[in-house]
Amino acid sequence: MSVPTREVARRVFAEEFNDAGYTFKESDDERAPVYALLPTGAHANRVFVVGTLTETEDIGEDSEYWRGRIVDPTGTFFTYAGQYQPEAANALRDLEPPAYVSVVGKPRTFETDDGGVNVSVRPESISVVDADTRDRWVVETAERTLDRIETFEDDDNEYAAMARDHYDLPVETYEESVVEALRSLEEEEADAPETEA
Amino acid sequence: MTVQQHAREIYEQFSDQLDVTVEEVEERLDTLVNEYSIPADEARRSVVSNYLDEADMDRDDLSGGSNETVQVGDIDADEEWIDLRVAVADLWEPQSESISQVGLLGDESGTTKFVAFETSDLPELTEGESYALGNVVTDEYEGDYSVKLNRTTSITELDEEIEVGDDSTTVEGALVDIQSGSGLIKRCPEEGCTRVLQNGRCSEHGEGDGEFDLRIKGVLDDGGDVHEVIFDQEATEDLTGIGLDEAKQMAMDALDTTVVADEMAEGVLGRYYRVTGPTLGRYVLVNEMESLGGADAESTLIRARSI
Repeated sequence: MSVPTREVARRVFAEEFNDAGYTFKESDDERAPVYALLPTGAHANRVFVVGTLTETEDIGEDSEYWRGRIVDPTGTFFTYAGQYQPEAANALRDLEPPAYVSVVGKPRTFETDDGGVNVSVRPESISVVDADTRDRWVVETAERTLDRIETFEDDDNEYAAMARDHYDLPVETYEESVVEALRSLEEEEADAPETEA
Repeated sequence: MTVQQHAREIYEQFSDQLDVTVEEVEERLDTLVNEYSIPADEARRSVVSNYLDEADMDRDDLSGGSNETVQVGDIDADEEWIDLRVAVADLWEPQSESISQVGLLGDESGTTKFVAFETSDLPELTEGESYALGNVVTDEYEGDYSVKLNRTTSITELDEEIEVGDDSTTVEGALVDIQSGSGLIKRCPEEGCTRVLQNGRCSEHGEGDGEFDLRIKGVLDDGGDVHEVIFDQEATEDLTGIGLDEAKQMAMDALDTTVVADEMAEGVLGRYYRVTGPTLGRYVLVNEMESLGGADAESTLIRARSI
């Protein structure tokens, strides 16, 4: 008896995530997982995001449908939770921005009226975290993104090949945003009062 | 093989259990082979069956002569007869009257669970001592291996000290999920059974009152790998600050046990942890844990700039 393996939660900054408009399946099975293709060459069925929740709004018409904006050093993640994500919807209803939050969720895409593709997170859970957790996430996400960038040119990197086929997005862009994200963290540290005991 | 050789082997298989001599065994074999013209193998089988009856043993209890001495980390098959040179790393409270001893045996390759049964009538093993164990049998349950001692097992205390290797693993990552069956749970009260009740029912013993326990089945994810981890009652209290009594009170106030897991999730879900413990199947059993704070951006920044 084999248990289906759980999909890993990728670490990706908002700027790159919002560019990941191409989705695909790896089998014809109706219930096969859907992956978003990250422009730095990886497939993501799940993501783990930490940032500052800056705004929540109920944009539902007949029933509650909550939208949250979560900001990281490179951009903004959008997350939507309705009746099928009751716990996450509760969290968005109850939370008072600004607050550091972590979100575990699935990438979802929808086409806009003008033909563009919006990428958002369908949350499995949303929790309040502290500044340390946010800082750790920024460094970890920087490391994971650099891992992807460093192996992007590898011959056997099938998702990098896929990214070249489907996007016209140079990986250098994301390299720059990694540096920016890390620098913002260092500046914050320099500004923060000494808390050492 | 001659009748004498067969007789010698049979004698060795039963000499610990029965008061027999090689000559008696040989006589029985000789009668079957030479008087009744039965093939030697068949005769041997018949004589062995007789002695099994006399000793009240199963054929499974019988050793096939000399076994291979293996390391516990190399055990990878069910129902193999093996010899071990091990130290008793841990002894646990037996959960059943039929079990005389249960615990962990270890050598430099790691540890494995062992069970000794009352009916085997063996001398007791002492924690921390090293032994040569002859003729134990391997067992498999859901991909995990253990060994069973039995009445044919020989136990020899060793003068040398067997060093027990550390087979615990350390994993870290964000706690991205707390799975169902976490929080305040009830376990089957039946002796030797610790199954978690589902809707007040044990899958083995049916309806039961159950005994309260705390547990968290969680998922640590570092963005590359996913690790399933189990926090037992102590580790759960360590992690969440909620103990069994408080959890019971919370459930009573809310008339609902699920509030406990929800309350526990708050403050731990989506945060980073590093845990250490032995692996059991696909789970890491948490012995030690630490909460991971902020990280240093500097080395990553150097890496980013050097690409």
